[in-house]
Amino acid sequence: MFVKFFYALKESGLPVSIKEYLTLMEALKAGCSNYSVDDFYYLSRSVFVKDETKLDKFDRVFGKTFEGIEFIADDETAEIPEEWLKKMAELYLTPEEMEEIQSLGDWDEIMETLKKRLEEQEKRHQGGNKWIGTAGKSPFGAYGYNPEGVRIGQKEGRHGRAFKVWDKREYKNLDDSVELGTRNIKVALKKLRQFARQGEASELDLDGTIRSTAHNGFLDIKMVPERHNAVKVLIFFDVGGSMDPYIKLCEELFSAARTEFKHLEFFYFHNCLYERVWKDNVRRHNETTPTMDVLHKYPHDYKIIFVGDASMSPYEITYPGGSVEHWNEEAGDVWMKRVTNIYQKAVWLNPVPEEHWQYSQSIQLLKELMDNRMYPLNLGGIDQAVKALR
Amino acid sequence: MKFTGTDQYVATEDLKVAVNAAATLRRPLLIKGEPGTGKTVLANEVAEAFGMELIEWHIKSTTKAQQGLYEYDAVSRLRDSQLGDEKVKDIKNYIKKGKLWEAFERDKTPVLLIDEIDKADIEFPNDLLLELDRMEFHVYETGETIKAKNRPIVIITSNNEKELPDAFLRRCFFHFIKFPEPETMKDIIQVHYPDIQQALVKEALGVFFDLREVPGLKKKPSTSELLDWLKLLMAEELPLEVLKSKDPNKLIPPLHGALLKNEQDVHLFERLAFMNRRQNG
Repeated sequence: MFVKFFYALKESGLPVSIKEYLTLMEALKAGCSNYSVDDFYYLSRSVFVKDETKLDKFDRVFGKTFEGIEFIADDETAEIPEEWLKKMAELYLTPEEMEEIQSLGDWDEIMETLKKRLEEQEKRHQGGNKWIGTAGKSPFGAYGYNPEGVRIGQKEGRHGRAFKVWDKREYKNLDDSVELGTRNIKVALKKLRQFARQGEASELDLDGTIRSTAHNGFLDIKMVPERHNAVKVLIFFDVGGSMDPYIKLCEELFSAARTEFKHLEFFYFHNCLYERVWKDNVRRHNETTPTMDVLHKYPHDYKIIFVGDASMSPYEITYPGGSVEHWNEEAGDVWMKRVTNIYQKAVWLNPVPEEHWQYSQSIQLLKELMDNRMYPLNLGGIDQAVKALR
Repeated sequence: MKFTGTDQYVATEDLKVAVNAAATLRRPLLIKGEPGTGKTVLANEVAEAFGMELIEWHIKSTTKAQQGLYEYDAVSRLRDSQLGDEKVKDIKNYIKKGKLWEAFERDKTPVLLIDEIDKADIEFPNDLLLELDRMEFHVYETGETIKAKNRPIVIITSNNEKELPDAFLRRCFFHFIKFPEPETMKDIIQVHYPDIQQALVKEALGVFFDLREVPGLKKKPSTSELLDWLKLLMAEELPLEVLKSKDPNKLIPPLHGALLKNEQDVHLFERLAFMNRRQNG
């Protein structure tokens, strides 16, 4: 019975091991649970779950195994908030239709109509419009729909391909508390360490002591400061829109980098670097930092990492005013060149699989701007990037 | 031997089970939770409840795993050898015992608290794997193996600043201290301030839980802040009406400095209170 429970836990993706199972057996044998279900629940929870974010999942598996509750909600489907769907419905259904359906009063029906509408929408868009996003990666991306924002007033942009998006859009702040999988990234980032001796002299310098003792004829102790990781890193994250499918990956990178580097600064941008960047996505429309200030503030020995899918209309890089969100006086490539001129060590990490890069003009453009220092955002890519940064 | 909380500490059912399991099997117990929910205090209370000695090891960013075992003081030995001190002949004179060693050689089982393990380098927990698992380690300088006379009860706290390695986690029991429910909170206050007026508790808890709901606070006030605040309220002997007043001009709770610990939060709260007042006015 407990073996079944163990495998159910394993299947649900909780990182449990035989060691923990044996611990549970040992604890049961020692009489820790008093033969009550509650105690057994608490006991097995404290044995198997080592991370509070997994508690919920554990509860569901426990419930299913011991009560016969058949439903373990799939995370992927459960995570779409009703808000988005509602907004979507508003977007794709005319007010009259909405009213009609609502008078029927059934939410499911609204969803059904919406689904049909979206299917039509998909067919209509099969011309391969770029702004649609990364074809089918997110449940909504394929339909050219951004799940976290609504594009209203889709007036065709001045360059024919991109659309101006004036609506305020909220993006998720990258959560650096993601635990799973960050260790591998940390190990990769570790290679970027540059040890330097700075600060208070607190360690015995053995070589120095021997040398100066031999030289002076009496014991002369020399101390040196401890070694610290002195590498300085500045990260720019692309957020929103087509980056949504990669949020988890970026969070993992961010989380790993944050613990690995003492001197780490980060900023967000959207699609391409322009004259302003920001630190908080919630207040990004009010609190931005001029990119010029960033370039002035951080000395040239900082190492720059861009993280972004680089998937956009080429105009967003090459023309002034090409940004989808605001009027930019200077083109994106001007800003990219400024950065690469100041900072010799800069790389771009791209979550889009490398095989697809050749089909996207904007990726090629940015790769050129980065002198080919664009690497895929996976362990191998990070490894290469770290080599380029050293 | 069962841990059931003490008259100073209110333990929830799941916490008791976790503590008892760890104490019975003598495996480390890893405690996480919001700051100020009583992680460190737990070790004190466990030691008291079991009548054991508490050995505390507070971890800093510079702490090395080796320091918990022992340190070999080569510098003073070198110096002594120059001065011709007799001590120098025995290397044992220069080995300083660490907290883990101390805990291992106690005749009676002690409680060992490893506080804020996440502050140290990421390799720190890995370096202690074997020592915590087998409760023994080797001293290279003297060639002896130190083995625990009695396996200590090890309680480890973490604030989640760094991730802990899986191999380490696998050897621990884990408990996440949830933020207490209002009911539990009342018990906790009762335990700390037995003679407090019930009316004050009720009003203060209302203000407190409202404050925790304020969106965007950098640091939500937690149990320890609430207890400090209550202490202040009692010391100041403020009239109860001050807390009760729904007067929009006095939306900021009295002595809020005990609850809100950074100036951004105070500003935010003042701004919200101001907006609220304008809406009502």
